[in-house]
Amino acid sequence: MSIAPESYIVRGATGDWEIVVGLEVHAQVTSKAKLFSGASTTFGSEPNDNVSLVDAAFPGMLPVINAECVRQAVRTGLALGARINRYSRFDRKNYFYADLPQGYQISQFSDPIVGEGEVHVELANGASKAIGIERLHLEQDAGKSIHDQHPRMTLVDLNRSGVALMEIVSKPDMRTPEEAGAYLKKLRTLLRYIGSCDGNMEQGSMRADVNVSVRRPGAPFGTRCEIKNVNSVRFVMQAIEYEAQRQVDIIEAGGTIDQETRLFDPNKGETRSMRSKEDAHDYRYFPDPDLLPLEFDEDFIEAARQSLPELPDAKKARFTHEWGLAEHNAATLVGEKESADWFEQLIDELVAKTGQPIAKIAAKASNWMLSDLYGHLNKAGQNITQCPIDPARSAALLALVLDGTISGSAAKDVLEDMFATGRDPLVIVEEKGLKQVSDTGALEAMADQIIAANPTQVEQYKAGKTKVIGFLVGQVMKESRGQANPAVVNEILAKKLGSS
Amino acid sequence: MTELTDLSIAEARDKLAARECSAQELTMASLKAMDEARSLNIFITETPERALAMAESADASLKAGTHSPMTGIPVAVKDLFCTKGVRTTAGSRILDPFIPTYESTVTANLWQAGAVMLGKVNMDEFAMGSSNETSYYGSVINPWRAGDVQTVPGGSSGGSVAAVAARISPCATGTDTGGSIRQPAAFTGTVGLKPTYGRCSRFGMVAFASSLDQAGPIARSVRDCAIMLGAMAGYDQKDSTCVNTPVPDYEAALSGDIRGLKIGIPREYRVDGMSSEIDAMWQKAMDWLKDAGAEIVEISLPHTHFALPTYYIVAPAEASSNLARYDGVRYGFRAALEAGDGLTELYEKTRAEGFGDEVKRRILMGTYVLSAGYYDAYYLKAQKLRTLIADDFAHAWQKVDAILTPTAPSAAFAFGSKPDPLAMYMNDVFTVPASLAGLPGISIPAALSADGLPLGLQLLGRAFDEATVLKIADVMEKAAAFTARPADWWRKGA
Repeated sequence: MSIAPESYIVRGATGDWEIVVGLEVHAQVTSKAKLFSGASTTFGSEPNDNVSLVDAAFPGMLPVINAECVRQAVRTGLALGARINRYSRFDRKNYFYADLPQGYQISQFSDPIVGEGEVHVELANGASKAIGIERLHLEQDAGKSIHDQHPRMTLVDLNRSGVALMEIVSKPDMRTPEEAGAYLKKLRTLLRYIGSCDGNMEQGSMRADVNVSVRRPGAPFGTRCEIKNVNSVRFVMQAIEYEAQRQVDIIEAGGTIDQETRLFDPNKGETRSMRSKEDAHDYRYFPDPDLLPLEFDEDFIEAARQSLPELPDAKKARFTHEWGLAEHNAATLVGEKESADWFEQLIDELVAKTGQPIAKIAAKASNWMLSDLYGHLNKAGQNITQCPIDPARSAALLALVLDGTISGSAAKDVLEDMFATGRDPLVIVEEKGLKQVSDTGALEAMADQIIAANPTQVEQYKAGKTKVIGFLVGQVMKESRGQANPAVVNEILAKKLGSS
Repeated sequence: MTELTDLSIAEARDKLAARECSAQELTMASLKAMDEARSLNIFITETPERALAMAESADASLKAGTHSPMTGIPVAVKDLFCTKGVRTTAGSRILDPFIPTYESTVTANLWQAGAVMLGKVNMDEFAMGSSNETSYYGSVINPWRAGDVQTVPGGSSGGSVAAVAARISPCATGTDTGGSIRQPAAFTGTVGLKPTYGRCSRFGMVAFASSLDQAGPIARSVRDCAIMLGAMAGYDQKDSTCVNTPVPDYEAALSGDIRGLKIGIPREYRVDGMSSEIDAMWQKAMDWLKDAGAEIVEISLPHTHFALPTYYIVAPAEASSNLARYDGVRYGFRAALEAGDGLTELYEKTRAEGFGDEVKRRILMGTYVLSAGYYDAYYLKAQKLRTLIADDFAHAWQKVDAILTPTAPSAAFAFGSKPDPLAMYMNDVFTVPASLAGLPGISIPAALSADGLPLGLQLLGRAFDEATVLKIADVMEKAAAFTARPADWWRKGA
């Protein structure tokens, strides 16, 4: 059974409009050194601290490819299910700007390192959709021009100059802001899983150029506008919404869309023109004669493939099919590599402590983690990496529930204490006297007492209204001040009522 | 008695090893010759203190027995090589001032071998020129005169060849993009070798056209070029296009035995307007080779006539991009700006004032051929022709071991005699094809023109087979017995 993605229609005065979106995502490659120089890529250094003679384009300096960046690009291509091109090469993209020391950016134009691929995204209504990848190529980042620190001058920081970027270009396959957001999130998840980019959008490690056009449903593509450097998932979605409406308004007013580059202003939630097509640069691309083409053999690609961890889609399938997790739980857990890792550690610890098969405990553990533990984390404004309780202690707590030592409600109290104090759950249970009474002798006595005190309910039970046993269990629980093991009580009561 | 400045590298090496002279004496003789030849405008930057200090340490290693063949040998360095702590200009105003904090790999290799730097020598601006007339620092004057008429030394390595021809130094570094070592060597009666592309590292060499630029030695004999190349060449991981292949003992390759080798004579190199004296020299050289037991084979390099137009698309295209970094932002020259000027004015004024006409011409040509709508018609077509030209040579190597041609279509000419850039570009007609194919080529002096100016022969070889080129050139050099030298008219009191 498959659910169709929800359609997103801009309702104009003259009818409905469909939006078409494609993303070019720039992702900084996780590497110690830059793409063509040995300078450091550390974020947050003093301006111009991480600049080599190559980055500053001194005379006679030559680029030398950083093999790690190439390997990461290939791994990323594999994670995107994309074709790895056995031959690729670097081109120069020529333009003048103060923060572009060479006067050209080394990029890949005609022969990118990675070709077509596909990413699957999941949408809120439960539908899933495939978004095509057009290509991935490696290129240098530029430096930064700072215009607001001196009354007359522009300052230039070259720390980012030459840092390796992967430009991941999607096909124009997205039809809603939600799909674009889901695609960007999925891309970020994939990159973080394989460690080729830290996905940190606030620090600029990942940013998107968003191409938006509108058309009548089923009509050919309209003229697109490119919104540059949008740096959050939310902004991408807002920018698309605004831009689509803007284009519809123009067309419906009898105007035409100019192909142009625009900027998104997050404060105003709108896009504005940056430069028109007429002002577009002629980049005069040509193959960089300082660099040899990249040529890969099967062994190199296979080694890159072997180095990939389990990817989110595969992990989710394992969680649902093998471990018995609910679809939604599995999706939430694999959405962030850290939460999936945390969960798997929890399961490892729990299996070690209880000796139970995974399939029997995993679903319960996932419910506990996503509702109880995440409840506390959300309240504290923390994410799983900041969780004050580690998987081992959490497993210890869950093991106490699973073996009946404490009740589910007692477990909630213990968790609250653990979250605040970080103490061992067993210590808390002992201290607060939360152990369940499973001693059948004591419980049988209590059961007899409750049966004797509630003849009406006993009659009802015997008349076939067996649901009433819940009331009787509750009475025993009350009598035991919550320390009785409800499962055992249930068993004892059923036996007593059935046999008498 | 022979003057120290007349010694070849090989002779100086032997005398130094035998302690018959010191490196410091050799260097002082060179510094004196440098001083006396100021009127030739060869040096942009003289480094006498550094030379003497290097000579002193050369003497120490000679004494300690840790020397190599280049130890104590004075070298003039083309001002395209970045030299740590020493101003580097590339013959351009736009690098005024620029003092590198780093050393080019080729010069570093030479200093590692114990060679002595005399200074930085003049050249056509950014190596763009065939007469040395484009230098911001003024033209170098060829030590050779046609009677009383002063002539150009050729280019772009004009200062390098002049320093060697004027007996200031036994050798100099040059760079060759389309003939910038070979043509000036021919104009000055010196020997100049352009190695295979990838033989010497380009790291630290100011780039003109990256896919063509190659450093090489200029000296007064084939043997000296062999010795010097051995010290310059070698793999360098800082240059991705530098090839990791062993550097043979080039001097040991000079066996004098070329029996059975086949020498190709490309019929396409018999161009219109070539002087009869050059043709005669070419014929004579074939006889020398036959006499030495080599076989002369007529060959065809059918795409030769496309080489010059191909070169003048590829080289300017790369140059237009390579020279974009000279923008006045980080180093070198920055034009004075007026109030209200912004980044665009900074670029425009800096580059307008910083670059000379020839450089601007090539940046414009290169920008044009890479522009949208013209790329396919020019740049892409030129790349295809470049492949065809390389294929011509590849076919030739199935039949011959080396190819013999004249180096240039004429002898050195007078200053200002080629105001038309196209006429100037014709100087490269014989040198450019091998540049496009990345092949090694050497020019040796073989005759004098009617005006008493030297004429050069070019010998081309297979990729990375400089050894065979040197071996054949060595035999031809002996047969040519070219002993003429310029009258030292420039010397004070001479």
